[in-house]
Amino acid sequence: MSIDDIKVVFAQEADELLVEMEDALLALEDNPSDKELINSLFRAMHTIKGAAGIFNFIHIVEFTHPIESEVERLRTGELLVTTDLIATLLKCKDHTVALVEHAMNDEQELTVELKNQGDAILKEFDFDDVASLVSGQSHIAGEDAGFELFDESADDTTSDSLALVQSANPPDLIERIAQSSQDTLEVESECWIISLNFKENALRNGLDPLSFIRYLGKLGKITNILTITNDVPDLDGGDFEGCYLSYHIAFQSDSSREEIEDVFEFAQDDCDITIVPSRAKVTEYMNMLDVLTLKDSERLGEILLNIGAITRNELDKALCIQNPDGDNKSTEAKKRIGDILVEQNIVGKPVVEQAQKKQQQVREQTQSIRVDSDKLGQLINLVGELVTSSAAMKIMVEKHHLREANDVVAGVEHLVEEIRDTALQLRMVQIGETFSRFRRVTRDVSTELGKKIKLVISGGESELDKTVVEKINDPLTHLVRNALDHGIELPEERIANGKPAEGTVTLNAYHDSGHIVIEVIDDGAGLDPERIRAKAERIGLVEPEQTLTRAEVFRLIFEAGLSTKSEASNLSGRGVGMDVVRRNIESLRGSIELDSELGTGTRIIINLPLTLAIIEGFMVGAGTERYVIPLSMVEECVEMDSDEWTEDKKQNFINLRGEVMPFLRLREFFKCTDGATTERESLVVVRFGRYKAGFVVDQLFGEQQTVIKPLGSIFQHLKGVSGATILGTGEIALILDVQGLVQIASAESKIATHNSQDHQELHNT
Amino acid sequence: MNQLTKTDSNQVKTDVAQFLTFQAADETFAIEILDVKEIIEIESITRVPMMPAFIAGIINLRGRVVPVVDLSKRLGRHSSEVTKKSCIVLVEIDHEDDSQTIGMMVDEVNEILEIDESHTQPAPDFGTDLRTDFIRAMGRVDEKFMILLDVNHVLSIEDMNALSTLKNEKVATPEE
Repeated sequence: MSIDDIKVVFAQEADELLVEMEDALLALEDNPSDKELINSLFRAMHTIKGAAGIFNFIHIVEFTHPIESEVERLRTGELLVTTDLIATLLKCKDHTVALVEHAMNDEQELTVELKNQGDAILKEFDFDDVASLVSGQSHIAGEDAGFELFDESADDTTSDSLALVQSANPPDLIERIAQSSQDTLEVESECWIISLNFKENALRNGLDPLSFIRYLGKLGKITNILTITNDVPDLDGGDFEGCYLSYHIAFQSDSSREEIEDVFEFAQDDCDITIVPSRAKVTEYMNMLDVLTLKDSERLGEILLNIGAITRNELDKALCIQNPDGDNKSTEAKKRIGDILVEQNIVGKPVVEQAQKKQQQVREQTQSIRVDSDKLGQLINLVGELVTSSAAMKIMVEKHHLREANDVVAGVEHLVEEIRDTALQLRMVQIGETFSRFRRVTRDVSTELGKKIKLVISGGESELDKTVVEKINDPLTHLVRNALDHGIELPEERIANGKPAEGTVTLNAYHDSGHIVIEVIDDGAGLDPERIRAKAERIGLVEPEQTLTRAEVFRLIFEAGLSTKSEASNLSGRGVGMDVVRRNIESLRGSIELDSELGTGTRIIINLPLTLAIIEGFMVGAGTERYVIPLSMVEECVEMDSDEWTEDKKQNFINLRGEVMPFLRLREFFKCTDGATTERESLVVVRFGRYKAGFVVDQLFGEQQTVIKPLGSIFQHLKGVSGATILGTGEIALILDVQGLVQIASAESKIATHNSQDHQELHNT
Repeated sequence: MNQLTKTDSNQVKTDVAQFLTFQAADETFAIEILDVKEIIEIESITRVPMMPAFIAGIINLRGRVVPVVDLSKRLGRHSSEVTKKSCIVLVEIDHEDDSQTIGMMVDEVNEILEIDESHTQPAPDFGTDLRTDFIRAMGRVDEKFMILLDVNHVLSIEDMNALSTLKNEKVATPEE
């Protein structure tokens, strides 16, 4: 991997993290106390900062560092989540995106614009209270308790036991500390808390508790010592050579746990030592756990050891407890190492939980890997070739009557089918991610325009090909913006019209006959067909005397140059766009429809194929030519010269079980010149959405795995044919675009009726 | 050394270009050999309905779908019948920063000729029945002039697209 490749990975990861951050921010608005969301904010900033540091992207580091500190304060609860803060953090996210982009362009110097922007955003944080917090930290609490007491930390969330220390009277205090000596360890404070409980023999064995404490002073600052004397026996009848004192030491130091433990190395046999890390350390452990990359087999103990939360000694002890006989075989009924460590007060519960979570994550990660989408594309292309080859083999076997080979062929065919499905599945992604990006858009637009808009997402779990998802993003953005900008009215207007002040935009997705249907629905002002028509007439799209159905009028929306909003805003409304949207969707072999009710809202329905690569097809013959209809659209096949229903020779529709069914005779429609008319024509009934139509064909060939090959740009304006596929024989069959064909047919019949009307009029005069 | 030979051959190219000559609609045309990717026999061409007549159809070129243009019809002539000698000349056309392979159906390919640059002349303003932008130059071979076609114009995707849109719009008018 070259440095550039790594940079690309950095950009990708930064991108993902920032998206995550945005999601978290938007979710925080509804759920301001969710720790996990705040953690993911922190993770995003922290990781980006770290990675940017590696590449020496100073600007990113400089910008993200203060944000990280700010988020850190959120995490510790010093700062509360407010809407303003979220707004600022969203700006931060956007700016970081800009910075990452800038960094990718290999430009060293930040543009003035970017720099000013960044500074302006950072100014929105109120850094003053950081300073006040720092000064508050060294405040010393009352001395009336008779002991030199622990430093009080200014923060309310500090340990209960420390608070107790200040307020309680000495006898009480001792009792409580004795009681709570276990509990204390659960809570965190600004300092390390070291509790030394010397055994009676300590002095006899030549240990001097004082010397240890003095030595400890070299590593940092001993802020307080609490001497616990309740073990001291009555003056009459005690053994005065014994050591009865215990100490709780509050200790400020940057040293690692290991270094602190080393101080008491010699005392280990005669003294119970418990070291509780300071809160800063706990946070540090947490952060380290966050950014740690683990090997998948790593065990919990090792993880904790790696980040320095425990020492080798402590781990060994815990392992001893876990496995007293030293036999590794019986894994049942053993306590988990994490639980032991917590019980032994070696590590705080949150740290262990975090580590366990991390471990879990790593296990999950190994189950999913990141693959270059080009590689997947290549795989799918090859699978396509495999499908074709397997069809060729089948034809060859049939041609030479190799009966023995039939089983093998059937086996291969089955496997190829499975491989095809699996390969295509690899590229399937849920549409939900694309949808949830619009939460931000909705939020921004509603603030900007002073509207109240709620975005409702449903069907986000519907899957479709990644290549389709990528291409649908732009058109969808356009449609959502339109709905937000033009659709939803201002709150006052809504209330005046008897609607709730908050407008709703709904994004919905569902599967329907091999297609995915995406709906963009708003309960806004709706479209006025009259105005659309007037505008269309003005720009010459329709003639004044032309009669149009409601659906046809709404279809005009997708013509170039038609926008009914009189003023263009910076969001949408310039009259470019809807035609582009339609083109984009049609290039994906999809379709778009719009329906609207003035005053109640607009519904846009997009119909897209699930994949652009391989489909199940149904092959038919017209004349000598072969065509493939997507199987998902085929409703049924019936023989054409059946007695059950009648064919009208002049009109191109039949009565199929009481239903009017317009049909196309493909041979005539495509003007196939050769090939005699067969006696037995068949009618293939196709369906898309609610619409049904029939194709009359000469032959039915049946189901066929169809690898879609693009036709190339010469055919880009060709409607009715969406692609080609190569058959096992090496021949090519065209894939029919059912919807397109029906559109052409209805356009033709309209022209035909128009012409015949003209003809009649001519006769009449 | 290598460098030297390369520039040498480049120089040769600018002075004397090689052309592939072929028959279409009973006339001889030529295109520069550098435009030619491959020449293949006609096996089976799949017709694409609802396209202008000069689009002969599509072929399967080793798993790729390649469009084929009937050159005679594209030049506004009547196409002769497909015979054993008929060929498809595959050329590479630039289109929107991308190149696309297009087949050109001709009646017969003849030979490769070297035509000195000094023996070429610009197309006459009139006098041929071809669109002037189709003609790259007139090449003189043995005192006879031959039309050197400009492939990028003859097979211009934009141009052909415009024609097929036209075709699609008046799709109702019956073909002759």
